[in-house]
Amino acid sequence: MKNISLSNLKTFFLGSRTDYGLIIKILLYSLLIAIGFVYLYPLLFMFITSMKSPTDLLNPMVQWVPTEFYPGNYIKAFHVLNYPRTFLNSVIVSVLPSLIQTMVCSLIGYGLSRYRFWGKGLMVALILATFIIPAQTTVLPQMLAYKNLGLLGSILALALPATFGQGFRSAIFILIFYQSFNSLPKALEEAAKLDGASDFKIFFKIAVPAGLPAYIISIIFSTVWYWNETYLTVIFLEGGIQTLPMQLSKFVQAYENLYPPGTVNIFDRLNEAVKLSGTFLNILPLLVLYFVLQKWFVESVERTGITGE
Amino acid sequence: MSKSKSRRRIRLTYRMREALNGYSFVILWIIGFMVFKLIPLIQTFRFSLNQVTVTATGIRLTSLQWANYTRALLTDPTFVQLLIEYVIETLVSVPIVIIFAMIIALMLNLDFKGKGFFRTIFFLPVVITSGPVIQELTAQGATSVPGMSDSAALAQFLTGLPTWLRNPIDYLLTSFILILWFSGVQILIYLSSLQKIDKSIYEAAAIDGASSWEAFWKITLPSLSMTTLINAIYTIVTLSHFSENKVVKYIFSQTYAVNGGIGYSSAMSFLFFIVLVLIIGLVALLMRPGKRD
Repeated sequence: MKNISLSNLKTFFLGSRTDYGLIIKILLYSLLIAIGFVYLYPLLFMFITSMKSPTDLLNPMVQWVPTEFYPGNYIKAFHVLNYPRTFLNSVIVSVLPSLIQTMVCSLIGYGLSRYRFWGKGLMVALILATFIIPAQTTVLPQMLAYKNLGLLGSILALALPATFGQGFRSAIFILIFYQSFNSLPKALEEAAKLDGASDFKIFFKIAVPAGLPAYIISIIFSTVWYWNETYLTVIFLEGGIQTLPMQLSKFVQAYENLYPPGTVNIFDRLNEAVKLSGTFLNILPLLVLYFVLQKWFVESVERTGITGE
Repeated sequence: MSKSKSRRRIRLTYRMREALNGYSFVILWIIGFMVFKLIPLIQTFRFSLNQVTVTATGIRLTSLQWANYTRALLTDPTFVQLLIEYVIETLVSVPIVIIFAMIIALMLNLDFKGKGFFRTIFFLPVVITSGPVIQELTAQGATSVPGMSDSAALAQFLTGLPTWLRNPIDYLLTSFILILWFSGVQILIYLSSLQKIDKSIYEAAAIDGASSWEAFWKITLPSLSMTTLINAIYTIVTLSHFSENKVVKYIFSQTYAVNGGIGYSSAMSFLFFIVLVLIIGLVALLMRPGKRD
């Protein structure tokens, strides 16, 4: 009798082969929560600091809970970032190249997956190489060429490379489509071919609908990465379209234009709370997108089978 | 004989037609690779051997031969310093990212409630990481582990260390969370390859009396070796291409600097590229999956 209850207890705390015990569960959850907290700490810190009023900022007693609801930082940051305008620019600058990039990369991935042609191995190797080549080694001649053509500062400067499968991180998207078309059965396409359908018709009528998950994943990732990309946007768009991250990197300057340091009272000087409000406003659209589409983000690797060698 | 010949011709034309159709799908990439990658790469290399002056009508090149390269490596004190720091920081970050991603993936691979929630948390940084955001967060000290980097005892300890050891540790302390933030995609890649390992191998090992500790070292880890290599390369490339990378920032600033210029920054870009390839080569050599007998 005693023996049985002891082993029951052991199972309860340490678990059996089919179930984790209580101790293991507590350990697992506390570990995950602790790591999760550290992981999200910059975001929490950013959000809480951005809600602090100037008096709270100076008060060492106020650490995690601001004494009042203070939206003032956000109002200032909203004006400094010229939010409606830069937000719209960012949407255009990220969505348009992303759509083009997705369409073109799917064509390329399909071509690689379905056809045998001379130089295919070399092409795959070069695609992988384009992933590694730093932008610095190719961007200056492009910039000079765009300057001559008068394209500097226009969305075309970003859309053109995407049209030719050379957009931001195109290699990853080509591989995603290559893998996902490889994993689709070919039977339907062969049947359509026997019925006399042209290759492009087969692609648009059969392959595109079947590969829809890869399209959705490619569009959202590509949009997010274009949104966050600042190296290329600064070089190609500076002086023309102003995106949200570009405006954020000039926050101090923009703030002093709006609220000249000599003329405003001490509470309206630039402080870290305003800066972090600007940062938070910058990532807010991405956070909304992420929480709406989180299933697509976190299941992306499985759905496209990118790791299948 | 004639029959076999005509048959061969049909097969050949079929293969050729297939190839032509294939090229029609990938032709955009081939043109794009030439126009946006290969030609700019060659041009940048040509710039790197010249003094480039941008004039109203175009650009003027004055040959310097390898002077830009020798200047970057021998005369410029900043570039070499930054390059060494970049190499050390990358070599420090990659194992941290890899081990962290693997531990998180192993935990998320277990069966428990709220798995999806934690997965969402650990992938979140991938969506919001951009240069200006990271810059702001680092400037406000939000990327160091709370209460660790500002401890006085630690600062005291650090000042006693030689510079080459102090810098990497300092980097670790001030941007530890930032390093972890680069592991989102890698966690997902690990998770999906963990799910591909055949469950029956674990059962067979358990029947033979292997503990789960042994099973991890003998089954899980060897199955992940290829994935680890992919993740390591992915980590190196994303860290190196990140717009807040010190070398990247320096090259960018030198492009528009009075005494820098396009030629000089092109030379530095190529040196940076070579170092990046060397790092990848080194890591690939160290981590290549061994042949198992």
